[in-house]
Amino acid sequence: MSNLVLDSASRWFGNVVAVNDVSLNIGPGVTGLLGPNGAGKTTLMAMMAGFLAPSAGHVTLDGKPVWRNTEIYHQIGLVPERELSFGYLTGRQFVRANADLHRLPDAAEATERILAEVDMVEPAARRLDTYSKGMRQRVKIAAALVHQPSVLLLDEPFNGVDPRQRMHLMDLLRRLGDDGRTVLFSSHILEEVERLARHIEVVVSGRHAASGDFGAIRRLMTDRPVQYAVQSSDNRALGAVLMAQDSVRAVSLRGDHLDVQVDDLGRFAVDLPGLAKQHDVTLFELSPSDESLESVFAYLVAR
Amino acid sequence: MMNVTIAKLALQALLGRRRFYLLLAFPVLLIGLVTLITVLTDGDAAWEIVPGLGYTLVLPLVAILAASSVLGPEVDDGSIVYLLSKPVSRYGIAISKWLVALGATLVAGSLPIFVAALITGDTTRAVALFVGAVVAGTTYSALFLAISAVTRHAVIASLMFVLIWESLLGNLFTGIAWLSISQWGIRIGHALSDELPDPANLPWAIGASLVVTLAGVWFAGDRLRSFSLRGED
Repeated sequence: MSNLVLDSASRWFGNVVAVNDVSLNIGPGVTGLLGPNGAGKTTLMAMMAGFLAPSAGHVTLDGKPVWRNTEIYHQIGLVPERELSFGYLTGRQFVRANADLHRLPDAAEATERILAEVDMVEPAARRLDTYSKGMRQRVKIAAALVHQPSVLLLDEPFNGVDPRQRMHLMDLLRRLGDDGRTVLFSSHILEEVERLARHIEVVVSGRHAASGDFGAIRRLMTDRPVQYAVQSSDNRALGAVLMAQDSVRAVSLRGDHLDVQVDDLGRFAVDLPGLAKQHDVTLFELSPSDESLESVFAYLVAR
Repeated sequence: MMNVTIAKLALQALLGRRRFYLLLAFPVLLIGLVTLITVLTDGDAAWEIVPGLGYTLVLPLVAILAASSVLGPEVDDGSIVYLLSKPVSRYGIAISKWLVALGATLVAGSLPIFVAALITGDTTRAVALFVGAVVAGTTYSALFLAISAVTRHAVIASLMFVLIWESLLGNLFTGIAWLSISQWGIRIGHALSDELPDPANLPWAIGASLVVTLAGVWFAGDRLRSFSLRGED
């Protein structure tokens, strides 16, 4: 069980601030680091992995600083976004070299065990430069896991991986999280994070924009305008009634349904059935039209 | 401090790249040229080539190729993080990579110089030049390793050191011999054979070669300790 802590960490490159005063506490389980490209995810990852000094603040693993501290790699496994350039090695040789570098007592056995875990036993005799993107990704994960680290950091692990292999990788990471390991992965793709992470940290423009499980992040944002699609027996009449409510910001008729923009989600939800009944309108369907993480994200960026 | 796995990977990196053939071509050309001239001409014309071309040009070029092959590409493309994300001493990594570069420099640089010098006759001066080439090869490989650890343009920077500083300016200003790796080696060789010139004093040549070698390897290790991954460009 390991905790990776960022305490008011900032990093700038010349005049450009890549990470701005971020405090995070990453504990056991799977955490998703979500942000658009250029949000500073890679910079954050590099600082957490000991490959970048924070310009200000501290980055520690179980209380020990990670920068210029070679010993942390007993605990950390890193899967960089960077491509493997060891094309002249076979998958097995590469993983074995990683095991040897950790001076594992039984490196050969550890290599086979982890190759089996990522389902790469059969192609392990081939050279790395013959692998597909998904296979290379799995070999990279095997290399990072061969010493059974308590912390696994993965930078954009699903980039360019086909859907079937992605499912496979997600299962693997989920299992590691359930084992009590601290797994942190970054992604700019919302559905990936949604599907895998129990806990989400959102970074936007180098700032820590939100934190919590998906539901908590959603709740954080109930004060933002939310879009609903309503279908009823009389859309026009219902629209007129809704527009008179304080909680409603905008109503528009669109085809067979009504688009309603709501400011106060709680009041709207409580009032709607009563209003419909009072004006003899039957509600057929009420659905949030932007419940995806995408909208959460867009809101955070605009905030 | 030496790490066998790192050294093995460095050796594979050296042998697995196309540069390796270039590394082989230099000594083959040198020995071929010296043999040809020995056969075709009388007198000592062939010998002139060995210190003049082999020692001052082939040796540093081989050292540049070797040092930049074991470290340069990995630092350039950032894939060295795969080695650095391990609980392995950074100085151990630098020493292991240096030893591989040194081995390649001695085999493809110093040894062919010795062979070429032997072809021209006189064994004593051949041994003297070989000793000088071993010292200079050792020092060069450490210096170029250090340069590879700091800049993406390691090959260019190293070439400028050799061609502009040591060769061009070294020929114009004799004082540069005091700050020239190739001249230190020559001076050490001079102690064994008077046929080599005497550009600086011996304790200085030995001390300076030693200091540059140790400092170069240590510096490469220290740079690896501070290796940074840049964020999204």
